[in-house]
Order: sequence, then C-alpha cells, then structure tokens
Amino acid sequence: MNNSAFVLMLAASMVAATPIALAALGELLAERSGVLNLGVEGMMLIGAVVAFQTGTKTGNLWVALLVGSLAGAALSAVHAVLTITLRASQIVTGLSLTIFGTGLATFVGKSIEGMPLAVDFRPTPWGPLADLPVIGPVLFKQDPIVYATIVLGFVIAFYLRRTRTGLSLRSVGESPATADSMGIPVALFRYIHVLLGGLLAGAAGAYLVLGQVPSWSQESTTGGLGWIALALVVFASWQPVRLLLGAFLFGFSRQLNFFLQGQGVAVPAELLSMLPYLLTIIVLVVWGSRDLRRRVGAPDALGIAYVRDER
Amino acid sequence: MSDNVLPGTTPASSRGVALAARGVTKRFPGVLANADVDFELLQGEVHTLLGENGAGKSTLAAMLCGLYQPDEGQIYRSGKPIRLRSPREGLAHGIGMVHQHFRLIPRFTVAENVILGDPKQSLLMKPGEAERRVGEISERFGLPLDPRAVVSDLTVGQRQRVEIVKVLYRGADVLLLDEPTAVLTPQEAETLFATVRSMTSEGKAVVFISHKLGEVMAVSDRVTVMRAGRVTGEVATKDTSARNLAELMVGRPVEQTVRRGTGQTSATPYLEAHAVRLADAGRNVLDDVTLSVHGGEIVGIAGVAGNGQRELATTLAGITAPTSGSVRVGGVDIGGKGAKAARHAGLTFVPEDRLGTGLVPGLSLTDNMLLTRRRSFFVNRRAARAELAEAIERFEIKAPGTEAEARVLSGGNAQKVLLAREVSDAAKDGDVRALIVSSPTRGLDIGAAEFVRELLHQVRVDGGAVLVISEDLDEVRSLADRIVVLYRGQIVLSGASEELTVEQIGMAMAGVKE
Repeated sequence: MNNSAFVLMLAASMVAATPIALAALGELLAERSGVLNLGVEGMMLIGAVVAFQTGTKTGNLWVALLVGSLAGAALSAVHAVLTITLRASQIVTGLSLTIFGTGLATFVGKSIEGMPLAVDFRPTPWGPLADLPVIGPVLFKQDPIVYATIVLGFVIAFYLRRTRTGLSLRSVGESPATADSMGIPVALFRYIHVLLGGLLAGAAGAYLVLGQVPSWSQESTTGGLGWIALALVVFASWQPVRLLLGAFLFGFSRQLNFFLQGQGVAVPAELLSMLPYLLTIIVLVVWGSRDLRRRVGAPDALGIAYVRDER
Repeated sequence: MSDNVLPGTTPASSRGVALAARGVTKRFPGVLANADVDFELLQGEVHTLLGENGAGKSTLAAMLCGLYQPDEGQIYRSGKPIRLRSPREGLAHGIGMVHQHFRLIPRFTVAENVILGDPKQSLLMKPGEAERRVGEISERFGLPLDPRAVVSDLTVGQRQRVEIVKVLYRGADVLLLDEPTAVLTPQEAETLFATVRSMTSEGKAVVFISHKLGEVMAVSDRVTVMRAGRVTGEVATKDTSARNLAELMVGRPVEQTVRRGTGQTSATPYLEAHAVRLADAGRNVLDDVTLSVHGGEIVGIAGVAGNGQRELATTLAGITAPTSGSVRVGGVDIGGKGAKAARHAGLTFVPEDRLGTGLVPGLSLTDNMLLTRRRSFFVNRRAARAELAEAIERFEIKAPGTEAEARVLSGGNAQKVLLAREVSDAAKDGDVRALIVSSPTRGLDIGAAEFVRELLHQVRVDGGAVLVISEDLDEVRSLADRIVVLYRGQIVLSGASEELTVEQIGMAMAGVKE
C-alpha cells in the first residue's frame, strides 16, 4: 500500500513543503525583528541558480547548498543596508529586490536553462521504520533537508519563546524604541535576522534545484513560491510551528493537483499558478489595516524604520 | 528676582552627591536646549527639575541617564566623572529613567518587560524566577502589580509602576521621573508620591521632572528651576513658595487669570450632542454622551488622556460618525457628515494635532489659510494673504512671512495661525458660531497660552459657543463656565465651574463614584 498514489502524494507533499517552510521561517525571523522583506522570491531564485552552478562545477551537494544560501544572504544584505541603515521603504525595497533577483538569476542562468543537474538530495530510508504503512514513506524516507527544516522550525520556536535573545528579538519587532532604551542593539538585531532570512531563502531556492527538480528554469523553478512563503508567515500568525503545519498544507495542495490529474480530474493549471498572487493580495489586505495586522499577531513595528534621536 | 532664591542656599549636608552635572551644554539643530547647566542630586533626596515645556528639563534628564551625550560639560556619579554613551551604560551606573511616554511592550507580560535586555539573565530564561523578583520589588516599594499580567491589560497608572519596577530591578538607585503625573489622576499621583518617599527612605535619590507647582511643593526636597535651557535658580522647598517658583520659572509674576462669561447665553444651544455612542472594536469609546453648548459660554471637557476626548472632538466636529445618537450645530444634524457640512452649519474645529491635522506642514501659510476659505472654485489668494498679514500683526505671530511653509512655525505660532483661521469672520459660514478646540495650549509657552485663552474668551464674549477639551485641569477651571468630566467615554460629572471643587473633579476623573 506504500506505493499507492495517495501515500506517494503525501510523501511528496513533505518535499514540496520544505522549500516553502525554509523560506517562510527565514522571513519570519526577519519580520519578527520588524523588517518585512518582499524580496523572498528574488532571493530564492538567486539561491537556486547559484546552487545549480556550484553543484555543476563542484559536484558537491552541501557546498552547492551553502553557496546558494550565502547568495540569498548577500541579496538580503542589500535590503538590510537600504531599510535599516538608510531607512528606505521596506515595501519598495523588497519589491525591487525581487525584480532584481529575478533579472539577475535569469541572466546568470541563461547558459544552464533546461540542463539537468548531476547530483541531488536523495531520500534516506530509516531502516525498517521506512516500511511502516503510510507514515513510513511520509516520515522515515525523506532527504536530510526535510528533517533539518522541521527541526529548525522547533528550534526557532524555542529561540523566540524561551531564550533571552529571542525575547530581545521580539521586543525589537514590537517596539524598537523600548528595546533601545533597554540597551538592546536594535540595528544589529535587525541586520542579523534579515541576513538569516536571506540565508534561509537562499537555502530554500537551492533545495528547489538540489532536492526537488534537478534543473534550472527561471519560469518554473520557484513559480511564485516566494510569495506563498510570505503569505504563510501571515497565515501562521508569525508562529514557527504553525508555519510548519501551514507549509505542509501548501505542499499538499500543490501535490493534490498532480494527484487529481492522475485520477483523471482536470484542474486548470491556471488556478494553481494564480494561487501565490491571490495569497499575496490577501496578505496585502491584512497589511493595509493596522488593526487587522495587530489582531492576526503581526509584530507591532513591522515595516517601520527605527530612528533614535527623535525629540 | 528676590534675594531668597539665590542658587546654593541649601547647604549640602553630610549626605553625598549621588549625581551631578557641571557646565553642561547641549545643542540641537537651531535650538540651544541646555546652556551651561549645573545640577546636583544628593543621596536620599527628591530633587525637582522645574520648568515650562521646552525649558530643557527633559534634555538634561536625557543626558543624566545616557540617552543623549552633552556637547560640553561633565556628568559626575558619586564625585567621579563618567561618560554615558547609552541608557544601558546609565543603568550600569545605577541611573534609570522613567519616560513620560512609556517604553513598554504591550504584548509582553510585566515580568518579560522588566527582564528585557537584562544582561544578567541567563541565555535560557527562567520565567518563574523573574516573576518572583518582580513581585518582591513591587511589594517592597508599594507598587502593586501582577508579574504575569499582560501589559496591554493594565491601566496607565499600573504601566507606570512597571516602568519604575523596571529600573529598580536593574539596581538603579538614582531614578529620573519625567513628568510622571501627567497621565495620572490626582489620586494615582498621591500613590506615586508615597512610592517616591519609600524609595528615598531607602537612600535612593529621585529626580522629579514637572511643571506643576503644587506637586513640586508637595513632593520635593529641593528644586532646580530652568528656563530657556538655563538654570534660573536652585532652592530648598521649605525656603520657598509656589509663587516664588512660578516667578523663577516664567521670569515674571503670573496671575492665574480666571475668565468667565457674561452669563448671557443664547436661548437655544449652538452645539448639541444627544445620546452619542461610538463603538470601536466592540467597545464603547463614547457612551451615551449628551451635552450642549450655548452661544456665549465655554464648556470645558476635563479628563485623563485617553478617556474618549479625541473621539468626542472628532465626533462633535462631524468627522467621525457616531454609532448612535445625534450631533447638531444650530439645530442642523451634522453627525458624521464631514467637516464641510459642520463648517457650513457654523462649526469650526481646532484639532490637537496642529501641524498635521490642523495645518498642512508643506503648504505656505497663505495656502493653509485658503483651506477653509473655499466658497468658490477659484481661490482668492490675495484676500487670504491680506487676512493673514493682519493676523500676523494682531496676534503677534512670529513667522518669516505669509509664504513661509507652515512647518517652520513653533507650536505656539502654529496654534495662533490656526485660531486666526478658524475664529476670524471670514471663517464664519453658518448662522451660529460654534468652536471646538482640543488641547488649546499644549506645548505653548505661558505668554502664548495666555493669548490663546484670551482669544477663546473673546469668542465667548462675542456670543460664540466654545467647547474646550483639555487635559490641563487648571486651564479648564480658569476658562470654562461649565465643566464636564469624561471617564471611559462617559460623562461622570458636570456642573458650573464655581460649584465644583478640585477634589470632586479629581475623583470623577479617576472614575471614583461618590
């Protein structure tokens, strides 16, 4: 029964959920520090194309993943400097980051468009556990990145809730003036978490080519996943564990489409490709109302630059 | 200036100097905030920094706690020169500031707010231990608090206690309280004074920043008076009087002028609110508010900030639509119909936020004048300019010219321009004249404040109906014929100014029912 289409779909949902969860966890960290980065899609694309190139040249998966992540972080550094130090609009900067990232990735990836990648992350079965009905293939026969992502979600939850640094981070996102008066270095916290956000977005992009579909295509590699990740942070009310569950649901819904096609039910592909943008619209509606934002649990200072010396 | 208020009349007793500033100067773009300021705080004393808004008290306090660095001069802690580059370093030296605007995170609990940024906390937090310590401190200094309560559920008075516990938790023995009573009811202020005394009895020193003479006399041992960035005197409270301090503060004797109407009021009310209710997020911000203002009288709305004053102002001005009830100006229903309809009925509104809501900062003064002079499609800039020039002269407005941007004006001058625009005959549109003014003198120096009050008085004498909404109880009492107290959106007390005592009003502001 472990080879039934449905179980295979569930297992594939885990894989599909992983890049969304990784990117969204990164964005969650940045947003918890009060910085919204709409450049997730761009950072993922850069991460993907750089990881692909590195993977082709070195043949080493882990090096490819690392370099791809760093590429994402490098792009987020631009966002950090512009929004934290120069206090540019986070929305405008983030959007331009996506446009820039997409353009750069297309340019860099021109020569490798459609080429296959020789290496990829393979599922590692957990011995006999992997043969358990249903949960075997779903939970005990995945690649290391899937597990790492789940662990990361719980680690971040613990970090936010139970550590002194996490408390400081939350205070920076809620009220930077308060944090500053308590001696917490606001800009440093924002820089670090925006960079971590970029790192994870880069990793998410890298995983797309290293773990999911081992080829590069500007059109379909991310396919709006960055936007879904952004929406997911909102739907998860900025809670990491809820975010993991939400990511699985998104992954599931994507796989459901293929599953239904296999069952002879035709779902228009347009519906699916519409999804990220529909979600983005919903997010922007929430974003537009301060009251609504507060009610869904957004950090209070999200999107607002911090200036200390106001008289 | 009289002889008994020379600086240094109090002999520095055997007690040590906890904190001192010598020759401190601080400049901001275009402003000399502190000029060659000397200040000395002894252990175990309450030392008030007294001065008007903008006298430089808060700037000095900010330098004492490490928020700003002085451009010149030196800060000393227990006799040793120190340099504080941040509030964190101030705390490390045992100096903690309680800001006028609370620095609290509403979503955090009391304990989380207190331990925030504490370098001594272990990396893994121990919530139980933090809660226990917060409980200890709050008990020891008479600051009742539940460490597990979420701050957004607390009253303003309780939040202030959290702020005080915060600095005590960090081991501060010098506390700077920046206008701590501004947000408190008279009764809450009494509780705060008791806390201050229990702190000084343990040897802690308190800098108390205020411009309210009564409480300064009541709570402090010594007073340093500031005016326009300079120290104008340092006296022991027992050797002085409120009158003396007022002289030092404003540089000339002040009379608290009481102005009352002629008693002749219009037969029908000009401004009426009937059973006005305003719901916001399931809560009644205004609840069954019924009031009327007749021509020839001033009605004052008193209350602690945040009890519905702002909403009352915008609702009565026709900007916010009431959930139920009606608002009438000269008998015409204007509820929620917008500023234009209200203006047409004869109501003008001077909002609390002068540069922003009242005036457009980026427009010239003439253009700002034109904003409420729109009776035809084409604007008459020449007439507006002439009107403005006349107002500048008559109201002694300090402005670079009629074409200067509104943003360059100081608070007092902006308020004068705004009032000139709203009370002049050219602004009159309806059959009646009704005026709503929010916080008419907040942030104004005493001269400008007097001018504004006199102007409002004139509107009344000329037969206009004036509603003054102000958190300054003295102002309401000196100006209004009738006083209405707002508490949690309800009218809890109303009556003729002469017949209400300060105590009665204070109790009503605190929501205490007699």
